[in-house]
Amino acid sequence: MTPALHISDLTISLGGNEILSGINATIEAGEFIGIFGPNGAGKTTLVRAIVGTLAPTRGSIRVMGMSPGQAARQVGYMPQGHGGFDSTALSARALVEAACHGDRWGIPWTSKESRKEVDRVLEVTEADHFSRRPFSVLSGGERQRVMLAQALLGNPRLLVLDEPLASLDPKNQALLIECVARVKQLTQATILFVAHDMNPLLRVMDRVLYLAGGGAALGKLDDVVTSPSLSKLYGFEIEVVRVENRVFVISAEGNVAESECAHHDHDHD
Amino acid sequence: MNYLSYEFVQNALIAGTLAAILGAIVGYFVIIRNAGFAAHALAHIGFAGAAGATILGLSSLEGMLLLTVGSGLFMGAAGDKVHRNDLAIGMVLSMSLGLGVLFLSLYSGFAGQAKAILFGNIFGVSHGQIVEMVLLSTLSLAALAIFSRRLLFASTQPRLAEARGLSLTGLSMTFMAVLGVSVTLASQIVGVLLVFTLVIAPPGIALRLCRSFWPGIFLSVALGVAAVWIGILLDCASGFPATFWITTLFFILYLLVEAYCRFFVKSGH
Repeated sequence: MTPALHISDLTISLGGNEILSGINATIEAGEFIGIFGPNGAGKTTLVRAIVGTLAPTRGSIRVMGMSPGQAARQVGYMPQGHGGFDSTALSARALVEAACHGDRWGIPWTSKESRKEVDRVLEVTEADHFSRRPFSVLSGGERQRVMLAQALLGNPRLLVLDEPLASLDPKNQALLIECVARVKQLTQATILFVAHDMNPLLRVMDRVLYLAGGGAALGKLDDVVTSPSLSKLYGFEIEVVRVENRVFVISAEGNVAESECAHHDHDHD
Repeated sequence: MNYLSYEFVQNALIAGTLAAILGAIVGYFVIIRNAGFAAHALAHIGFAGAAGATILGLSSLEGMLLLTVGSGLFMGAAGDKVHRNDLAIGMVLSMSLGLGVLFLSLYSGFAGQAKAILFGNIFGVSHGQIVEMVLLSTLSLAALAIFSRRLLFASTQPRLAEARGLSLTGLSMTFMAVLGVSVTLASQIVGVLLVFTLVIAPPGIALRLCRSFWPGIFLSVALGVAAVWIGILLDCASGFPATFWITTLFFILYLLVEAYCRFFVKSGH
């Protein structure tokens, strides 16, 4: 079976800085992969290369055996951050409708099938009951469920979720993860889930892709998130501490994972 | 009410209706794209075109059109993606205003016409201008009919649209060219300084009220056309300029809508 994602010797430089240096990874169809790493490790860069909006400097990415551009229709994508609708009353549903076959020519007419498709994805993420309210008045958790619904349009085989937990409280984080897990069960899609903190995902993910120092390590949590393995990746002493089934990645200066959350920004490019 | 039998009133109504329809539709995308500054700048850039046209022997409409569409394309190319284009717009704006000043000083007889361009000359629209306006607005609406679906998608979800293979720069350039045409038409009616009245006010108000695309577009067009007609007829009856009436109508409407949104939409849902 063709792997969902095959990355070989992937190098990406942005503005003269090598963000990713020769990383390799093969992800099988149906896997739930958590993607972690400190700020600037290239998580969003990798995501953009997978969805085809950033060309590799060297190496290759095959999505279900195709180039990212060819695979675009089978990839659901939830970009980081959203908003800018604060001065409008546009409903969540209107935004999803705009994204449904939004790459076609013509006027933005929503056909009957499109309306059904929009209904379907909003139901899957349980966003249907608030989808007619203006997007600007929705809570962070509700907005994320709308964005997740949008990523499900067209039944994609691969879901790429870039920091969907950012700025959500623990309760809404749990709700969203539950939602993604349900989607996976329903569709058997492969899921790439980028996050700062791995703890909320411990129960749902199959493997971990950890990015640091330009490199990447892919494998089971117990193999990848260990002091020796991460120290090698970071290039300096890292300690992995486990407390009551929780994992903490700590550097000499402090808690790596938490310092990221404190000054979280969207710009990795 | 026999003003309607005068040809200059009929011409004013036809030209005003055309400018209002195009402004209302194009303006809808201006609001969604947060491109108000670009619309404002394009109108003022047109002033230089109108001033320069006299020297080159073109009509002021042709001169404006040349410069607004040209700079629209430039702005679209310079500032793709996520609103980093304020600098580019500001630079083009100041350069063309400088040119406008130069043209004014070179051709002193232009002062009277300059006032008409700045504040509009709704009753001075000639039959020939109407033919030009019909042609231009048909062309712009036809262009929108072809690419508005993609434009709406790219305007609401740029990252997603990019991942679906849409060229954000291409869409942005096309849209800015169409915007150039519409601000040129609108400024024939209300003048360069008041283009906001036809391009920003109707869709801005419609987007505060309507939660989905088509109702928003229809309300925007209805508001624009109604205000232009009422303004022109009040001008005939009162002698106060139509532009004053149109802006006043929109301002009152804006205040009412803001109050409505504050008290009902935000608090409840």
